[in-house]
Amino acid sequence: MVELIVFVIAGGACLAGAVGVVASKNPVHSALSLVGTLFGIGVLFIAEDANFLAAVQVIVYAGAIVVLFLFVIMLLGVDEADDLRVEPLVGQRTAAGFIGLAILALPVLAMASTGFEATGVLGERDPEVPDIEQLGELLFTRYLYAFEITSLLLVIAVVGAVLLARRQGRRADEVVDAGQEERETELAERLEAGGDERSAEAVRPRGPREEVGS
Amino acid sequence: MIAVDVVEPSWYLVLGAALFAIGSGGLLVRRNPLVMFMCVELMLNAVTLTFVTFSRMLDDVGGQAAVVFVLVVAAAEVVVGLAIIVALLRKRPGATADSAALLEG
Repeated sequence: MVELIVFVIAGGACLAGAVGVVASKNPVHSALSLVGTLFGIGVLFIAEDANFLAAVQVIVYAGAIVVLFLFVIMLLGVDEADDLRVEPLVGQRTAAGFIGLAILALPVLAMASTGFEATGVLGERDPEVPDIEQLGELLFTRYLYAFEITSLLLVIAVVGAVLLARRQGRRADEVVDAGQEERETELAERLEAGGDERSAEAVRPRGPREEVGS
Repeated sequence: MIAVDVVEPSWYLVLGAALFAIGSGGLLVRRNPLVMFMCVELMLNAVTLTFVTFSRMLDDVGGQAAVVFVLVVAAAEVVVGLAIIVALLRKRPGATADSAALLEG
């Protein structure tokens, strides 16, 4: 009975958070809904006797990863609301809904075909030994090489992130016009706002020399 | 209304499938690269929930070990992905996923 209550509450939080991520206009609200989902999954982990993973889930996901998302949102100032009313591609949402339903139906049908029972070989988990002990033993014996390779992966990821996000040093031939980027953004905004090419043309071609003259 | 007081393990699997479906639908619908990335996280978490459920159904800790690796890969993926998004949004504020071609060259 207790597990049922936990499942309903945590599962409801998961689903509500997932819908919130997809349906929120503001990316900050999406990130906060994501916390709800991740935390709900952490609670479900505890209900399924995976205590270590529940702790890791809350610390790594709900703590670090979502904070990283929020940092990026705040640093770049992209926290303005998206306009969700316009559909950029006609029929995109209908198609996405169908694909989503198909993705939901596929595993459920597959499970129904086996009568919702797991098929496979039973493992040798000892219910007396705590899960963290068994998990640690497994990680440092059978999966030792995979575990070592993940550390390599993390190093590569950190180096790659620094390389990608670093502000590119401008070369001498690139420093032409400080206002150019601004005007390009303005041009793109006008084009997106539904203006045709001609009204956008008015902003486009002002070179640095003309500005000096005017 | 059917009275139920036991949670079948398959309920967790169905919940995981539903989360995965919502995440994939959101990935297809949304255009903001950050929100698309969050949808990828949703799908990863749906898969970890499924792994843990099978780990319990089959009495095998191997499923939980797989979740540890998924977590590490997800962390690496978030770091690199957010760096790409930072590079993209710095080039053009308000960029959508369509603007990824800006990063070419």
